[in-house]
Amino acid sequence: MTEPLPGRPRRDAPHPPVFDGSGPPGWAAMTGHGWRRLHPLSPVVRFGRAALAVLALAGLSTTGLIGSTWPHWWDVVLAVLIAVAGFVNWLVTRWTLDGVTLRIETGLLRRDSRQLPIARIQAVDLVRPFLARMLGLAELRVRLAGSGDADGRLAYLTEQGAEMLRARLLAAHHGLDPATPEPAERVVTSVPTGRLLGSALLSSIGLATVAVAAAVAAALSPAGLFGAAAPLVWLAIVCGMIAWRRVSDQYAFTVAASPDGVRIRRGLLGTVAETIPVARIQAIRMVEPLLWRPWHWCRLEVDVAGNPGREGEGTGAMRKALLPVGTRAEAGRLLAITLPAGPAPVLARPPGRARVKAPLSYHFLAAGHDPALAVAVTGRLRRETTWVPLAKAQSVRLVQGPLQRRLGLATVHLDAAGRHVRAEFRERRQEDARALVGELAALSRSARRQAAQAPSHAAAVPGPERQAEIV
Amino acid sequence: MRCAEVITCGGAVAVVASSAAGLTLGGVAAAVAVAVVLAGTVAALWFVRNRFRSWAYQERDEDLIVERGVMIRRLSVVPYGRMQFVDVSAGPIDRVFRLATVKLHTAAAASDARIPGLERDEAARLRDRLAALGEAKAAGL
Repeated sequence: MTEPLPGRPRRDAPHPPVFDGSGPPGWAAMTGHGWRRLHPLSPVVRFGRAALAVLALAGLSTTGLIGSTWPHWWDVVLAVLIAVAGFVNWLVTRWTLDGVTLRIETGLLRRDSRQLPIARIQAVDLVRPFLARMLGLAELRVRLAGSGDADGRLAYLTEQGAEMLRARLLAAHHGLDPATPEPAERVVTSVPTGRLLGSALLSSIGLATVAVAAAVAAALSPAGLFGAAAPLVWLAIVCGMIAWRRVSDQYAFTVAASPDGVRIRRGLLGTVAETIPVARIQAIRMVEPLLWRPWHWCRLEVDVAGNPGREGEGTGAMRKALLPVGTRAEAGRLLAITLPAGPAPVLARPPGRARVKAPLSYHFLAAGHDPALAVAVTGRLRRETTWVPLAKAQSVRLVQGPLQRRLGLATVHLDAAGRHVRAEFRERRQEDARALVGELAALSRSARRQAAQAPSHAAAVPGPERQAEIV
Repeated sequence: MRCAEVITCGGAVAVVASSAAGLTLGGVAAAVAVAVVLAGTVAALWFVRNRFRSWAYQERDEDLIVERGVMIRRLSVVPYGRMQFVDVSAGPIDRVFRLATVKLHTAAAASDARIPGLERDEAARLRDRLAALGEAKAAGL
């Protein structure tokens, strides 16, 4: 495939596109600037399902199971069109990696050329849907901060090729020679299947499924209420599918620490492997739902700057599960590798008169900070603890409502990049809050300066263990 | 600027209300309607004036401080290094009075640094200064 693609003048191609199924032999030439294509089986994975669905529909309608007003040959034409579109899409997509940028070009009529600066990578994901897994393929997703769909997606490469490319990207990201092999990792924790199932059952969707299923059983037992049961059955199926989705997404959840960053692997049928450089973490949140409390389970989420939501203001956060369900000891180990090193900040509780302003959440409210980290605890029924490294603070805000002013209280927010990513120092004494604003601003300035001086890969090396502060 | 908006709106509503009341109910009702609307306008004016007076900003060496609000007091400290971009906007009424609004955006959606009602020259100066400082002190995410 060295001739120019039909119907479009070649703009920039000092090197002809190299066709080599991105298998290992071709990888020796990775250091060159040659353009590469995705794996030839990619259209099968990306569009195969749609084409098969259309064909299946066509088959069903010819056998007369489904009445169709279309002539049958039209379905076949549609399937062929999808297949051709998939093939053309593969044909016009190419990518290359030079020292500092990953470039992806795609599109037949409207060319879309995307340049992803490696230094700005926020996270690298390896996604393997079921069908791709069967064929030994994987999709590489490079997450960047920014608006719109700034992500780079390479769907699909060979598994081996995708892993090698990931290693190269991360090595280059940390300022090392791209040829450095992927560093060894240390598994920190994994989630047993029993606990995952238990946690799914004790979540709202799990309880809803059980309740609806029980209602179905109750309606069916006298055998006369079948009509009422039919919509409930559908509801039960939907709830069950959502719950199942959650379980299969988080199945075999494993977190490992490596100098590259935190590595997360999960999934039952389709698998996902995420790598988050530690220096890119904006905030960490620990959620302890009411129903999980008897088992002392908690959930850890990490916010990374990236893919924003629909409304375009600011850089939306990307929230990833760092631990879908785990014990506090496991959460403590994970916090130790992801947060800046040092002793835990001392938490201070708001004064008693804050009970008037926040009667339902007063029992949890607490917050504290040290030169590197701010911690805040909030929540009514479930306790939410948020850690924000001061080097990541975007702004410090003080908010005081009318009732707070009467009580002499104020709330201080420490915002990190994203939509709702912040540590909230709720209901502090007014004068303390004023002082806190100045102090947090000054501390985050020096933390930022320190972070700017330290090279980014040094931050990825776990420091002395930081104890998880759990009240 | 807002004062002008309130006065115009108040006046217009007063005229509409008085003519409507005068046509349907007679002269006394029209007078009452005008009085009510004028009282409302004065109250709104007072509210807007207070709100406006509460707005304050201070350029420090490393960060910008914006304070605002009457009922809910808010104070934001935004370091120049965290600035992603600066917006200067001016609506039609702003333009009549040669005013403009400067808004500072950071990567956090909640950061709230908006300074409305600046003289156009002052807005331009502030924008240039913020842009220069943001470049000089820029920090990655």
